[in-house]
Amino acid sequence: MRVNFTVNGRPQEADDVWEGESLLYVLRERLGLPGSKNACEQGECGSCTVRLDGVPVCSCLVAAGQVEGREVVTVEGLADFAKQRSCGTGACGTAEGQDSQTGEGTGSSPRAALSPIQQAFIDAGAVQCGFCTPGLLVAADEMLERNPNPSDADIREALSGNLCRCTGYEKIMDAVRLAAARQGEAV
Amino acid sequence: MDFLRPASWEEALAAKAEHPTAVPIAGGTDVMVEINFDHRRPEYLLDLNRIGDLYEWEVGEESVRLGASVPYTQIMENLRAELPGLALASHTVASPQIRNRGGVGGNLGTASPAGDAHPALLAAGAEVEVESVRGSRRIPIDEFYTGVKRNALAPDELIRAVHIDKADGPQQFSKVGTRNAMVIAVCAFGLALHPGTRTVRTGIGSAAPTPVRAKAAEEFLNAALEEGGFWDNGEIITPSVAKQFADLCSAACNPIDDVRGTASYRRHAVGIMARRTLTWTWESYRGTAAHTEGVA
Amino acid sequence: MPSPTFEFAQAGGAPTGTPTKITQGSQTKGGIGESTLRPDGTLKVTGEFAYSSDMWHEDMLWGQILRSTVAHAEIVSIDTSEALAMPGVYAVMTYDDLPTEVKNYGLEIQDTPVLAHGKVRHHGEPVAIVAADHPETARRAAAKIHVEYRDLPVITDEASATAPDAILVHEGRDDHHAGHVPHPNIVHRQPIVRGNADEAARKADVIVRGEYTFGMQDQAFLGPESGLAVPEEDGGVHLYIATQWLHSDLRQIAPVLGLPEKKVRMTLAGVGGAFGGREDLSMQIHACLLALRTGKPVKIVYNRFESFFGHVHRHPAKLYYEHGATKDGKITHMKCRIVLDGGAYASASPAVVGNASSLSVGPYVIDDVDIEAIALYTNNPPCGAMRGFGAVQACFAYEAQMDKLAAKLGMDPVEFRQLNAMEQGTIMPTGQPVDSPAPVAELLRRVKAMPLPPERQWESSEGADVRQLPGGLSNTTHGEGVVRGIGYAVGIKNVGFSEGFDDYSTAKVRMEVVGGEPVATVHTAMAEVGQGGVTVHAQIARTELGVTQVTIHPADTQVGSAGSTSASRQTYVTGGAVKNACELVRERVLEIGRRKFGSYHPAWATAELLLEGGKVVTDGGEVLADLVDVLENESVEVEEEWRHRPTEAFDLRTGQGNGHVQYSFAAHRAVVEVDTELGLVKVIELACAQDVGKALNPLSVLGQIQGGTLQGMGIAVMEEIVVDPKTAKVRNPSFTDYLLPTILDTPIIPVDVLELADEHAPYGLRGIGEAPTLSSTPAVLAAIRNATGLELNRTPVRPEHLTGQA
Repeated sequence: MRVNFTVNGRPQEADDVWEGESLLYVLRERLGLPGSKNACEQGECGSCTVRLDGVPVCSCLVAAGQVEGREVVTVEGLADFAKQRSCGTGACGTAEGQDSQTGEGTGSSPRAALSPIQQAFIDAGAVQCGFCTPGLLVAADEMLERNPNPSDADIREALSGNLCRCTGYEKIMDAVRLAAARQGEAV
Repeated sequence: MDFLRPASWEEALAAKAEHPTAVPIAGGTDVMVEINFDHRRPEYLLDLNRIGDLYEWEVGEESVRLGASVPYTQIMENLRAELPGLALASHTVASPQIRNRGGVGGNLGTASPAGDAHPALLAAGAEVEVESVRGSRRIPIDEFYTGVKRNALAPDELIRAVHIDKADGPQQFSKVGTRNAMVIAVCAFGLALHPGTRTVRTGIGSAAPTPVRAKAAEEFLNAALEEGGFWDNGEIITPSVAKQFADLCSAACNPIDDVRGTASYRRHAVGIMARRTLTWTWESYRGTAAHTEGVA
Repeated sequence: MPSPTFEFAQAGGAPTGTPTKITQGSQTKGGIGESTLRPDGTLKVTGEFAYSSDMWHEDMLWGQILRSTVAHAEIVSIDTSEALAMPGVYAVMTYDDLPTEVKNYGLEIQDTPVLAHGKVRHHGEPVAIVAADHPETARRAAAKIHVEYRDLPVITDEASATAPDAILVHEGRDDHHAGHVPHPNIVHRQPIVRGNADEAARKADVIVRGEYTFGMQDQAFLGPESGLAVPEEDGGVHLYIATQWLHSDLRQIAPVLGLPEKKVRMTLAGVGGAFGGREDLSMQIHACLLALRTGKPVKIVYNRFESFFGHVHRHPAKLYYEHGATKDGKITHMKCRIVLDGGAYASASPAVVGNASSLSVGPYVIDDVDIEAIALYTNNPPCGAMRGFGAVQACFAYEAQMDKLAAKLGMDPVEFRQLNAMEQGTIMPTGQPVDSPAPVAELLRRVKAMPLPPERQWESSEGADVRQLPGGLSNTTHGEGVVRGIGYAVGIKNVGFSEGFDDYSTAKVRMEVVGGEPVATVHTAMAEVGQGGVTVHAQIARTELGVTQVTIHPADTQVGSAGSTSASRQTYVTGGAVKNACELVRERVLEIGRRKFGSYHPAWATAELLLEGGKVVTDGGEVLADLVDVLENESVEVEEEWRHRPTEAFDLRTGQGNGHVQYSFAAHRAVVEVDTELGLVKVIELACAQDVGKALNPLSVLGQIQGGTLQGMGIAVMEEIVVDPKTAKVRNPSFTDYLLPTILDTPIIPVDVLELADEHAPYGLRGIGEAPTLSSTPAVLAAIRNATGLELNRTPVRPEHLTGQA
């Protein structure tokens, strides 16, 4: 079957989709967007979290056919999404101009501006293997959108659907607190 | 596999009539796991996402008509006052991402004894509105669960909504899992006080082949409360009454040993939860308790 | 954006101790000792970092593995004809299709069939492989392969493995352990005898005994086994893979394919965690076989269900311990017997046995010991490497024993441990002296001195916040039945490969001028699995070469082996290799400088010269030349192997031998709240103190300690692969029923870092990755015992164990 939907603001069309395919598979294998991760494919880890019409969901549990005509935001579009949101609130440009001191890198792709939550994850040491990171970023960004001043318990509850095996979550807590603090200063 | 995308409820009923083996998919939180893990290859998937009616709820005089696909997140956030037991249960469902997709219709359709909504629905009193091209009917929740992962639906029927009595007294829900979030119930317990009828109702999850009520426990407690004049005098329920109620709730279980817990533990834990939720609801009824409902 | 005022909450604060003094590079920004940020951080937060499951190739096929549905059976027949006939299927292969006489692989013992032959020995063993144009086509084809099994009795424990008429899991063993094991169903046995335990026992005023059970833990790395094999024009294959050790994979893969190693090119793809679970091969050979058979690129990605069958797990164990002590609290002796279940194939079992036995006394002074550790062959899932590697199981048991002894003596459990704590100079039961700092008593003191978290935190003005209580969101208690408990534990882990293994790493370092700036390039085959080795390598290069720009070359087999990313060894050994190569590059750069500029300044000949900030400077700080001018168009490159001090094998009868190169120590204090009626546990705090020798990157050190701590908590209260004892089949291969701690289960983890230099190691550093995984588990168990008064001899502890309903 064919599925038409919007991903990170761009219309996309996927053809010859097998009816049992998940949104996650279509993103990763058909649209060249492997940022959403395939860690459990049973809704028990949150690594594939995307926003479907604004709502965080596990893309592994959305049938591809169910996204027809709908809007999806993935980790690849998170920086733009955050930028547009801050423009909407009159705080344009806060996502730009941050140097993360990660210069030396193994990759050669030009650095896109990062969203505040992405930058905070790097700065706080919340990234190790990084496989849980995309899902956590999408979930944490959405929580900070709803709740700019979360308590620790609020952060833990909002991220309780995202497993991390490397960090012991302490640096993830630090990262979200850091992003919230920076967000508070920017407004 | 074929993917059917009805744009309206009528189209969905027609599709289900034409393909009775079609598997409805709404939140996808059960169906997609089975597909991803190759446990199931239905001939037809019947997508219900486009049917807006299923995502709506109406608060009436006596009851709430809850669309089958209203996500648990919405129940938690918007129906806390009307459906406190179900709101608490909704908050224990899996993870925020799953609560954003899953709804009560899915729990009822799957009819797993571990579904989190069941004990709350049993305790509150509910009717399941189902429909086919042949017509619509309401199935009382007590008659809905017919076996392990089996329900009273005919092959051509779809779940449209659940009608749940609005709370006329305190309700509680409690669930044991071996993790503090994102966990399937080892066992669960729902309790609702109905001061209007001077009755209590219970619901037990994951401790029998189907979700069940502890009817003997309810009858015992109804009689004890009546006899002691508790509904009127608002006195503390005596420990011996609470204990017997808890023991009868344990006795209502017919659990198995499985990878999530032992049968013996399930009976034990249901008893503890029964006693605690009775204490919480009764304290709330007496109006003496300071906010003990937990967060929902 | 304004500079943040936010401060990271870190109890314990900055590292303390006596770290190694650094002179070279101490002025250069971003060197060792700084919390520089990950070079791959940006790619990882934008979703661009390419993990092994993200690999994609034009025209690629999907591989699928058919696995056994039973644990132990003869294969009567395999019929692939129906699968082969399916449209979209390009290849179906079984044992009979393997191209050479080499049909087995294995880390140490080559006992693992690439595809099952004649029989299957565990649930989920690979039987056939399929390549097709879509994963669903491949799955359907695999389902059409008809395998007829004839069931065999299952070996599931020591009794069934060593029964007189026991069926042999492996017939005709000829491996190098076969000769000294008491039964062919025992992979390896290592006794250690020192002093005379029986005689010493007579001096004991109290004796405690215990029988302990340790459950099967899964590494549960989040990135499932996956990779892409691309056939190459020369008849070889290029494999993009997530692994812990490229060259070990290569050594096992090439012979099965019938290719020389140089025709099997391997590049490390992004690795989504490892923790020991990628030490063994998973889909590597299968993907290469299908790629070579079809002439097309083949991608294989396990799903989570398959991942539980696709890698080895932590050995479950039975541990029998006896300790004695005098009235004044000195331990007299220890006897123990550790039975590890290795499952159907050897994997790392022999080395795990060596660790379990040699570290079975823990970080204590006990002169008279009688120790035996064995690993079994059974039909349970194969077990091998996981963070902590044999030392974890032992620590769980000996720390329970310490508490029992202290209780029996009426002593404080921490003081009792301190009284018996080892220190530098202590002789291990293997006869090896501990020749670097061993601050066991100090770590315990520090962890005990940390402030305790406040009690009854769940009580707020708005009522109970259930998120802070046992049961969490499930709303099981509002404080009823909740009792606090506190427990302590300390552990000892060896660092690096032991027992005479030639444990080396290779580093290639190049220095040249790029775009008018001196740039160093570091190329190793080290598997970055998340630990931050790439961050540390860049820091070492900056420190040793005085440059700011460092490029980390992707890890591949175009450079020599870097050994495994395991055994807490990479910063020590590959870090040491990078340091060594940098030093050699520095010498050559200075040679060039002397040649070009020596005549202009006498200091070139007389002073000690350093590279700092892109310049050659004297140790007095005088600038002699710019590196840009020294190098001009020249590049200096060195590839060199580097080894830590050699170790020795343990004697097979007495266990004596200098088997280990370094030890690592951590201590934990656990604070738990237990709902004693429902048996639910909330771990409130897991405070850790660890000696790291030298924190090359303090932020990464904290990440390792906190991550390891939580994995230890997981096996204490929830994580366990449950195997049916009647069928040897896995009952919970999913994240629904194999539970990892969520962020709501996670305690605060304050860390106190101590830096006592080990003069034998680069920069005085100590391998750190595993030690925190050891003591975390027994500390949590001790705290639960403290809260409940129960004995609790098994881990994980489940609600039914705490309520008498097991």
